[in-house]
Formats: sequence, structure tokens, C-alpha cells
Amino acid sequence: MEAGSGDILLEVEKLAIRFRTHGGESAAVSDVSFCLKRGETLAMVGESGSGKSVTSLALMRLLPKAPLCTVSGSVRLRGKDGGMLDVLSLPESRMRAVRGDNVSMVFQEPMTSLNPVQTIGAQITETIRLHRPMGRRAADEEAVRLLDLVGIPAARQRLTAYPHQLSGGMRQRAMIAMALSCEPSVLIADEPTTALDVTIQAQILDLLRRLQEQTGMAVIFITHNLGVVAEIADRVMVMYAGRVVEQADVVPLFRQPLMPYTQGLLRSVPRLDLAGRRTGALSAIRGNVPDPRRPPPGCAFHPRCDFFVGGRCDVQAPALDVTSDDRQVRCLRWSEIAA
Amino acid sequence: MMAYLGRRLGQAALLLVVVSMIGFAILHLAPGGPMAQYAMGSNMSQEDLDRIAAQLGLDRPLPVQYAEWFWRMLGGNWGTSYRGGQPVLHVIGSHLGATLELMLTATLIAVVLGCWIGILGAIRRYSVFDYLATIGAMVALSIPTFWFGLVAIFIFSVELGWMPAGNRQTIGDGSLLDMLHHLIMPALVLALVETAIWSRFMRSSMLDVVNQDYIRTARAKGLPEWRVLSDHAFRNALLPMITVAGLQLPTLLGGALVTETVFTWPGMGRLFLDSIEYRDYPVVMGILMFSASLVLIGNLLADMLYAVADPRIRLG
Amino acid sequence: MSTTTQLLPATPADEALPPRNTAWRRFRRHRLAMLGAAIILILVLGSYAGPYLIPYNDTYIDIMQRFAPPFSGAHVLGTDELGRDMLARLMMGGRISLAVGFTAMLISMVIGISVGAIAGYYGGVVGSALMRFVDAVLCFPTIFLLLALAALIDPGVTSITLLIAATAWMDVARIVEGQIRALRERDFAVAAEALGASDRYIVFRELVPNAVAPIVVAATLNVAKAILLESYVSFLGYGIQPPVPSWGNMLNNAQIYLTSAPWLAILPGLLITLAVTSFNFLGDGLRDALDPRMESH
Repeated sequence: MEAGSGDILLEVEKLAIRFRTHGGESAAVSDVSFCLKRGETLAMVGESGSGKSVTSLALMRLLPKAPLCTVSGSVRLRGKDGGMLDVLSLPESRMRAVRGDNVSMVFQEPMTSLNPVQTIGAQITETIRLHRPMGRRAADEEAVRLLDLVGIPAARQRLTAYPHQLSGGMRQRAMIAMALSCEPSVLIADEPTTALDVTIQAQILDLLRRLQEQTGMAVIFITHNLGVVAEIADRVMVMYAGRVVEQADVVPLFRQPLMPYTQGLLRSVPRLDLAGRRTGALSAIRGNVPDPRRPPPGCAFHPRCDFFVGGRCDVQAPALDVTSDDRQVRCLRWSEIAA
Repeated sequence: MMAYLGRRLGQAALLLVVVSMIGFAILHLAPGGPMAQYAMGSNMSQEDLDRIAAQLGLDRPLPVQYAEWFWRMLGGNWGTSYRGGQPVLHVIGSHLGATLELMLTATLIAVVLGCWIGILGAIRRYSVFDYLATIGAMVALSIPTFWFGLVAIFIFSVELGWMPAGNRQTIGDGSLLDMLHHLIMPALVLALVETAIWSRFMRSSMLDVVNQDYIRTARAKGLPEWRVLSDHAFRNALLPMITVAGLQLPTLLGGALVTETVFTWPGMGRLFLDSIEYRDYPVVMGILMFSASLVLIGNLLADMLYAVADPRIRLG
Repeated sequence: MSTTTQLLPATPADEALPPRNTAWRRFRRHRLAMLGAAIILILVLGSYAGPYLIPYNDTYIDIMQRFAPPFSGAHVLGTDELGRDMLARLMMGGRISLAVGFTAMLISMVIGISVGAIAGYYGGVVGSALMRFVDAVLCFPTIFLLLALAALIDPGVTSITLLIAATAWMDVARIVEGQIRALRERDFAVAAEALGASDRYIVFRELVPNAVAPIVVAATLNVAKAILLESYVSFLGYGIQPPVPSWGNMLNNAQIYLTSAPWLAILPGLLITLAVTSFNFLGDGLRDALDPRMESH
């Protein structure tokens, strides 16, 4: 581990996020730890409300301020000078320099994530000129290069286009161009393909993979689509009710999911590669995600779990176990189930 | 954009026809109708009156009369004032400047002050300032404008002697400074209600915008908060305000009438009341139709401006 | 112009209204609304019971006591230019102003709800003709319209009330039309239609109760508006005619005596502001309590 530590771009330890609302305080995320190496893609998977997006916003420090929301734990990010930055305690002015430069984000809705009254060019050059000493003319040229890079045809003409004049896929490409404009070391992509149709989805995934190869950036890919995960991820982190419930490399995870929740997720996806082997209908996981203000006792997943054992799962909260092959799983019965 | 503007233009034209019908109906409700001028006070015989009625076409069916009247209005022939014998449009025109001066100044004050209060209230939502602004706006909307004017006169003219109590200028002194001195108090009084309205709409528009995804994008770029607000939030929040400006016109005109009365400001509102006093129906009707048309045109202009300002409509 | 509601969307009540006790609790918590309700209660009680408790009649002219300032002698709030007791006149004026405001609201609600319900339910040519009429009336600045009409008639309490109602129903019509149009898309209206309920039954028994929250709010705000409008026309001399006092016409002559007797102008205006503010607070509280989604953020 020691030798490769220079390759670590992001290190998150015991991240916990609490929100204060009218109905009382709630733990949106607790005990989330992971690290990210150069060129690596980590997929964060889970249903809506599992804490994926909140976690990513915490990494950018874009969550509401203190009384409404408190973040604890540690987030360490490799700075452009090679040293590690303590993101959670950085003064706001330094944090602003980090956002969009070291870490940047691509959001789910390309329709609403771009400012409707500014041209694409203005929105890209704004980021460039914010972080780089560059004149208007030079920034325009850089924007053309970026739009070219993300595969937008007739890039120069697009500079003066408004978001509504582009298709959804083109908008998402422009959004990616914007996010990449300062060559960030970490790119957070929050469901970047969810709002797009399937062919466009594949193109965007291709693009992200190609760009990652070129720049060596690390990518956190948030999604609830396991097909996409199989396509793009090196490692997978499954989240449920604000906690990491399983973390593993993508191939072992798909081959043998340990946590019942992950198994349920995998069963609910149609899989071409397994179509011949496994027959039977797709099964959705029954029940709903628990209310974060009133989490169930014991394992948060127990009311929906097929392997639930009364007196155990609903009493004792499982810890995150590390298996012999360096996977992580949060389940009291994972070894019994796997056997 | 052409389709959008065409639709708006069509709607406005239709509305103008309905407005004119209402005006025509009110005209015929007046005692003596369009004949009031001749029926009142004069010693004409019934035969004479009938002859004049026939000359004016009043013996013809109402729809025909309406069509002719509407056509005359479109051509700018709005009748003659009983009082001065001048054409109605001419009389209105000579009072319009004073009213516009008052309205524009008040609007300027209201827009600047209202936007500022609204934006601050939105970005510091639920703060002490926000609560005070909310309560203040509601109280401001509840104060009768004329009474606020009277209180202002009592304090600043009667007690303190800082401001003239009325009129547009001191007789014999036409200097800019003198005019501003006369303008400031009525403009502020008229601006009170408008400021309250603008601050409320601005606040709600700003709150809509600051929760949009593109604001999050702007923050994720690393922009400082003031640039997020000024470059991204403000411009988007201001767009619907154009429509608000158009919709505020009737309130603004009504407020101007009352303010002009209190401050003996020689504008259209004052003229309207004087004309009612003298039963000068052509002028009363003229101002009524003129103000409705002004509102109509104002709304149409606001729609067009909106279309130009919003690229989604301009280029969509 | 159909863009009016852009900022204040009349959200269709697509979920059931919250249980009444929740709404009541929210209303009780709204401090400004409770304050408004209390002030309204005091004003109403003061206006209707007050005159029996004070020794002066509002029409009694005491020529020796003209322009007595407030808190200086037998007349608590002073006297006017004819030596009439200000407190007595404010109380009697309050009766008129509050009654005109309330009655005008009732009439304007009836007109507005009827026009809006008919336009919203039938839609089509009838609906759009009615709504274009509403748009056209809204083009006239209310005060101009009110004064022009008032100049045509013989002013009195009844006729002024009717005129105020005639110029204040349009907003309600728009609200109701929007609500009904949204509600009638919902399946229960379709179901009732299928069961053969008559049109009138559908409109008044099923659709109107669902639009009740915004209507109650609009009604409260309309009282405030009507009191203001009465004060405007009466101040300008075309409303309630002396010697019948109203808060508005008490201000009619006050401007002349602003230098010597400012209380003539200040007191009635304060009461108007107080009453109108209270109704506005009350309306705001009702809006928050009855329909949280209508909350003005």
C-alpha cells in the first residue's frame, strides 16, 4: 500500500452527514469510507434516498451550512501541488479554488443543470477564466477545443448556442466539457446518463471512459443502473439507508454478491449475459426505503430482507466486515448466506 | 418568436375590442348617454334633441352605433371636452406628461428598492430582515395611499417644512431642482405600494431560481457566492419581473390618480376627477378608455420585452 | 393576458386537504393571523357596541368645542370641525366601513364564484368569452372604473357597496376558474358525470367545496380590498356621503385642516390601515393553514 500512496487522489473516512428538518434530526449518511486511485472508477449504487448524491455534494462541500446540515469525518483530496487537502476544514475561499479545478461535477439533468439564459460558450469560459489566468479570446479557443473533445460537431458555432437549442445528449456533452475544462483529478458524475435515452447513454459512457484514459482522472459514478455499473466501474460501493452495505471490485461483486440487498438489486436487472443461464421473472425488492428520520432498529434492510431472522437482524446493527479477499460487507449473516 | 408575438398581438387586439365594448356600455349608462351634453341645462326642444340624435346616429341600432364609435376611436376622434371645447385626446395629452413623470419616478424607486429587499429576503430566508420585510410589505399594501400622502405632507411640509405640500413646481421657478423638490414626495408616496409588490414578487422569483439545478452547477464551478447570485440567479429571477411590471400598470395608474389628488399634481388623475366634478363625460370616458388602452399596450410591451430577453422564446 | 398567475400558480389540490385539526393548529400557530383576528374582533366590537358606552352621539354638533385636540378634555379623541366627538364618529364610521367591506366581499364572491365556476366548468366558447371579459375589466384601473361608475349614480351606502363588489370580483373569478378547470379533469367529476348527476350538482356540490381553501383566502383578502376601495372613493367625495360617517369620508375634509387639526386626518387613516392590515394578516394565515402548497415561500 505504501508504495502506491501517491496514486491515491481521494480518501474519505467515516463521513457522516446529518440534516436538521422540521420533523427533527436525521442521519442522511453515516460511516462512509472509501478511497480512490488515479484512473479508477468507483460506482456508487443505491436507490434514491440511499445517500449517494448527498455524499457527492459533501465531497464538493455544496451542502447547506451548519445548523441545517452537519458533516463530520474526513475527506482528503490530492491538490494540484501533490499534497493532500483536508476538504472539510478548508476555508471557503480555498474551497472555491478547489471546486471546478481539482474536483468537478456532472449532474443528472442536462436540461436544468445549464443556465438557460447564458450561451454554452459563456458557461464554459466562465469556469476556465475563474481558475486560469486567460483572456477572453484564449478561453474561447479552449472552449472550442473542449467541445471538440467531447464530440460536439461544429464546436465553434455551438459557443453562441443556448442550452435549449441543443439536444439532451449534446447538453450533457457540453456539461462534461465544462466539468473537464480545468482537468480535474476527480470527476463526480451524478447519474449523468439517467435522463438520456439508451443509445445516447452508451455514447456518453464511451466518452467518459475515453476521457478518463486520456487524463488519468478518477471518476465517482453515481447511478442506480447496474447495467451502467458493469459497463464502466472498476469498483462498486452499494449504499443503503445512508450506509455502505457492500464494497468490492466489479467482477467479484457481480459474480457473487454477498449482501442480500445487492443480490436483490442484481436480480431486479435484466441481464443479457445471464439470459441463457438463469430463467425466471425479474424480481423487484419488495417494500420501500426506510424514512431516515425513523430508521428501523438493527439492520436497516431487515424489513425487506429474505434472510431476515427475528431477534437478531432487528436487534443488532451489523458492522462493516472485511472479508478475506478484501471485500467489505455489512450483514450479520453474510457468511451463512454465502455458504 | 414570431409565432409567440403573433399570438400575443392577437390576444391584445381581441382584448381591445372587449375593453371598448365595456367602455361603450358605460357611455350609454351615463345619464342622457352621449346626448347628456345637449340635454343638460340647455333650452332645446325635444324636436331639436331628436334631430341632433339623428345627426349623431343615435337613432340607429346599438351594434351599428358601437361599430361607428369604435372606428372613430381608432381614428383618434375621441370627442370634444364640454369644458374647454378641445378634442379629448388633446386634453389628455396635455396632462399625460406630469402623470408619466410621477409614474416613472415612482417605478424606478420601487424597482430598485423592491428588488433589493426581495433578493435580500430570498437569500436570507427566515432571517429577521426577511420577517420584517414580509410584515412591512403587508402593512405597506394596507395603507391607503392618500392617507400616507397626507401624513407625509403633515410631517415633511407642515411640521418640518422641508418639502412643498403640492404642485409640480413653484410658480415662476421652472428650474430642474425646483421640479425635483416637488417630485420627490409624491413619487415616494406612490412608490410605497409598488415597492411592497415588487419586493414580494422578486423574493418569490428569486427563491424559485436559487433552488434550480443550474445554481448548483454554478457553485460547483467554484464561483464565489456573489457571482452565483449576480451572474446566474439574478438574471433568471428578473425575467418574470418583466411580466410583473406590465401587470402592475393598473395599480400604478390608480395610485397615481390618488397621489395626484393629494399633492394637487397636474396630471391625468387630477384631470379625471375634475372632469367628473364638471360632468365632462367625454373626457371621463376618454381617460377611462385611454388608461385601459395604456394597460393593454403596457402588457403587450412587457410580453414583447420578455420574448426578447428570454433566449428560449427569442430563438425557440 | 394569461401570464398573470405565473408567479402565484393556483396549484390544483391533487392531494386531499389536510385534516381540519392540522389546518386549525397551523392557523393557531400563525402569530400574525391571530393578531389580525384579535384586532378585527376589537374593531367590530368597538364599532357596534362602543357607541352605547360613550356619552356622545356621533351627530351631536357642539359648536363651542370645535377642533378640541385628543386627550385634552371631555372628548377623548378630540372633536372635528363641527365639534362632533371623534371617537363616536370613528365608531359609527367603523360600522359603515366594515359593513361595506364585508357586504361588498360577499357580493363579489357570489359574482366571482359564479362566473368562475361557469367558465371553468363549461370551458369552450362560453368559458373563454367569460374569461376574456374578466381580462378586459381588469385592464381598467379599479379606481378609475369605480369613480366613473360612481359619478353616474346617486351615491349611497347600498349603491357604493354594489359598485365596489362590481369592481372586485374578477380575481376571485380567475382563481375559481383555474381551480375548477384543474379539478374537473380529475376522475371524480368524470365519475359523477357518468352517474348522471346534473351539471349544477357537479359544480356546486363537488367542485366548489374542493376549491374552498383558495376561495376562503381570497374572500378574506377581498374584505381588505373593499375597505380600501371604500376609503378611496369616499375620500375623493364620490362614496359614502356625509353626514353618514365612514372612515374614508372622514378624511375627505381633513386635508384642509391638516395644519391646525392633524388628528382629523391621522385617526381615521390609522383605523383603515389597522383594519386592512388585520384582514391581510388573517388571509395570509389562512393561506398557510389551509393549503401549505400555496405558501408564498
